[in-house]
Amino acid sequence: MELLAVENLRVYYQTLRGDVKAVDGVTFSMSPGEIMGLAGESGCGKSTLGRSLVLLKPPMKYVGGKVLLKGTPLPIWDKKTMASFRFSEVSLIPQYALSALNPTRKVKKLLTDILWSKGIKFSQIFPELRRRMELVELPLEVLNMYPFELSGGMKQRMVMVLSTLLNPSLLIADEVTSALDVSTQKAVARMLVEFRDRKFVGAIIVITHDISLLYQIADSIFVMYAGKLMERGSTEDLIQRPKHPYTQLLVASLPRIGARYAQEKLQGIPGCPPSLLEPPQGCRFRTRCPRTWEKCLEEPPLVTTKDGDLTWQVACWLAVDKHA
Amino acid sequence: MWRYLGRKFTIYVLTFFLAVTIDWVIPRFMPGNPVQTMLSRAALRAEAVEVMRGYYLKAFGLDVPIWQQYLNFWKAVFRGDLGISVYLFPKPVMKVIAEAIPYTLAILVPAILLSWLAGNKFGAFAARRKWLDSTLLPLGYFLTATPYMWLGILLAWGFGVALGWFPIAGGYSFAMTPHFSWKFVLDLLWHWFLPFASLFLVMFGGWAIGMRNMIIYELEADYAQYLESLGAPRRLIRNYAFHNALLPQITGLALQMGTIAAGAVVTETVFSYPGIGSLIVQAIQNQDYFLIQGCFLFIIIGVLLANFLVDIAYLIVDPRTRRGMLGET
Amino acid sequence: MKAQKNRTKNEFLYFAWRNKKLRIGIFILLFFILLAIVGPYLTPYDPWAYVGPPASGPSQKFWFGTTMFGQDVFSQFVHGLRPVFLVGAFGGGLATLIGTVIGFIAGYRGGWIDEILNTLTNVVLVIPTLALLLILAAYLGVRSFFIQAVFIGCTAWPWTARAVRAQTMSLKAREFVDLARISGMRATKIILTEIAPNMLSYLVMVFILQFGGAILNAATLDFIGLGPTRGISLGLMMQIALLWGALPLGMWWWFIPPGLTIALLVGALYITNVGLDEVFNPKLRGI
Ligand SMILES: Nc1ncnc2c1ncn2[C@@H]1O[C@H](COP(=O)(O)OP(=O)(O)O)[C@@H](O)[C@H]1O
Ligand code: SF4
Ligand SMILES: [Mg+2]
Repeated sequence: MELLAVENLRVYYQTLRGDVKAVDGVTFSMSPGEIMGLAGESGCGKSTLGRSLVLLKPPMKYVGGKVLLKGTPLPIWDKKTMASFRFSEVSLIPQYALSALNPTRKVKKLLTDILWSKGIKFSQIFPELRRRMELVELPLEVLNMYPFELSGGMKQRMVMVLSTLLNPSLLIADEVTSALDVSTQKAVARMLVEFRDRKFVGAIIVITHDISLLYQIADSIFVMYAGKLMERGSTEDLIQRPKHPYTQLLVASLPRIGARYAQEKLQGIPGCPPSLLEPPQGCRFRTRCPRTWEKCLEEPPLVTTKDGDLTWQVACWLAVDKHA
Repeated sequence: MWRYLGRKFTIYVLTFFLAVTIDWVIPRFMPGNPVQTMLSRAALRAEAVEVMRGYYLKAFGLDVPIWQQYLNFWKAVFRGDLGISVYLFPKPVMKVIAEAIPYTLAILVPAILLSWLAGNKFGAFAARRKWLDSTLLPLGYFLTATPYMWLGILLAWGFGVALGWFPIAGGYSFAMTPHFSWKFVLDLLWHWFLPFASLFLVMFGGWAIGMRNMIIYELEADYAQYLESLGAPRRLIRNYAFHNALLPQITGLALQMGTIAAGAVVTETVFSYPGIGSLIVQAIQNQDYFLIQGCFLFIIIGVLLANFLVDIAYLIVDPRTRRGMLGET
Repeated sequence: MKAQKNRTKNEFLYFAWRNKKLRIGIFILLFFILLAIVGPYLTPYDPWAYVGPPASGPSQKFWFGTTMFGQDVFSQFVHGLRPVFLVGAFGGGLATLIGTVIGFIAGYRGGWIDEILNTLTNVVLVIPTLALLLILAAYLGVRSFFIQAVFIGCTAWPWTARAVRAQTMSLKAREFVDLARISGMRATKIILTEIAPNMLSYLVMVFILQFGGAILNAATLDFIGLGPTRGISLGLMMQIALLWGALPLGMWWWFIPPGLTIALLVGALYITNVGLDEVFNPKLRGI
């Protein structure tokens, strides 16, 4: 059975100028143990998609769609009911992990307080906590320190341990490596895989704009553009044989697999993303697509092909014609 | 931590040094030679002239070199010799001030502490609660914008003159002489209440608003968002935000000390409350310069002490300063 | 680029107009400014002249009643309103100017200049303003509104200097300033063309707060008898009212208008400030 199924999810930002359609009809699913990379240019709605699965609050607005976690509906539109799912079922390593810990509380006190609110005693979970801190190479003294006494990498790992402490079914890791130096980046990425292998988390969505990172750790990749899914497939397929013109450009802009600084290369795609206030009709990539034609004025359907275990989804008219 | 305290202490010592210097320079070098004016005015009272002349010879030592005059003045300050009050002749200024201080402290200390506590609690409570925020906030702004004397006058008029519940002048009834009895203590409290309440209210508005604005920033901070995404209850998040918002409020307490002192002066004036404030106004009206200078010095010492206490409090609650991460103020 | 600028400007005006706090604050301010300008022409009486029966309440002839001595309170009130704005604007402006300059220099230069300026700032910061004004004013025989404003400006700047210094330091670390420095621009020019414009909204808010602070400081000085030796002001009205027993006599019309007006004015300034803050910082706007 699928671990996570998201169907036609729409999440907008309410602003005085109108709705920013940051996630506009997104459908995908994940199997247990899967690490899915969520890639796309900055501002395309990755964080919004990730955050909406955990904490959907104003100015974010739930517009429609369904989310099933292990077959049961996740009430993401209901802030109150969701509270009992957070941390234990769905959890988040936020983009701002370096400032995510309260600066005036010692780490241990912070943990105690949060766990207590979930009805768990610190001493009860301490053995497991110690094991995990060892795993990520955090000395136990960290517990008696204040966040400002930790280095960036230490804070990142502490947040990682904390977010996954209750073995959530789904973990969303938002730009966990962006703020770190290269060697720490590698270590943190390895740890994510390790956490999955040890079943600390059921599945992970890794949000990043760095496709080369995904090549190292992700099982599948989800490419997003202007609030919509463009292409979704296994990492290998998607990078070796991208079908969607946008993915092709993304992959082509990587000088070689494993290169860093993909973000700067991304700007190599001419043009800029459309406004999410009033996105263009039809295919949203139309304005920058080198292969656009009149058909693209209509919204392309999501073409899904089952390829053994994995599904391949593409939202492009070119893909439709091939299958027609 | 020691670096932080050391820095602060240097500033306080410098300030004290500057204050004493001002106290010496201004009467000495102001246009119109105030010293001469003072002597001629004192001549109205025959007995005063000799005493004052003696003091001037000692303190200002008009016939010795300037640097010696300055040094002599410092010596006098350390001896606690601030001159003789002309208006309350022949009481030494030091004694006059010492008698007034308890009254000032009695309204000031409770008003500062209670308004700070209550204002912060209330401000935190009102933040992000729709109707409270929109109805009581304007009231808070109005209170903190109110001149201290005017609120005092209003309370005196309403509760003193119109309703007749409280006296509007003095530290105790004229008919009584200070002694220790329940009756006298009650009388003291009765006179104490309105000046206290007036100071309390103005300050309360300021703290409530400060906290309300601060906690809104804190509730938007990353750590609060993270807690929320971990499903932490609202109470815990508010607690953390409150604690962190208190830090700038503590600094604010130090920054406000001067304004608060000014507030106490005018409030005492309104209620003819026998503290330093009333003393200052009487000294001004009677051009009793020694007394003015003495009060000036005492206000500064008081404010410096209060600042120092606030620094200690800050060290206790902010781990960053304590662990030497933020040496700067 | 130009279109972009225009849009942000329009957006600012749009949010400014939508902001209730800003609207209320500015309305109150405009009302009193207007009153200060035209008020003296609305009354035929000289503020000091004995024109009516003493100690009588508001009437058709004397809108705000009369003082102990039969002077028209309304006339005193409108004449006393002008110096409030003058001292507020000039004293607050001077404090903002001094604080900004010291903050810029300390923050931009750093090193020992910063060390000295910062120490100076901290020293003046802990000295209670009133105490300093007290001793200055007490020894100065003749005082004017101008001197009062200068005194206030010279003592109220420290917190501004501190805030501006901190902001300058953080702006200094930004790329565009580096760029300007590398291209050999002079420090004064960098401060004026690169740093100051980025802090403009903040400086406006600082001025508003200093304006309010100067009004309160002036009223306090007037009230304890250290105000200008000539002229009338709202603080002075309260002092005279209290001195001549308006309180025990219950002559509320004498002491309510001046204090209420100061509270409304300063409150309006504070609310304007918060409104501006909300317009400048979208995070505080709320939805
Ligand atoms: N609080 C907000 N209010 C309005 N619009 C927002 C807000 N946060 C994000 N957005 C808009 O939503 C879009 C998606 O943002 P985000 O999900 O953070 O992008 P990503 O994580 O892919 O960089 C962006 O265009 C951004 O401008
Ligand atoms: S649908 Fe058309 S515009 Fe969109 S990606 Fe495919 S070819 Fe390009
Ligand atoms: Mg993001």
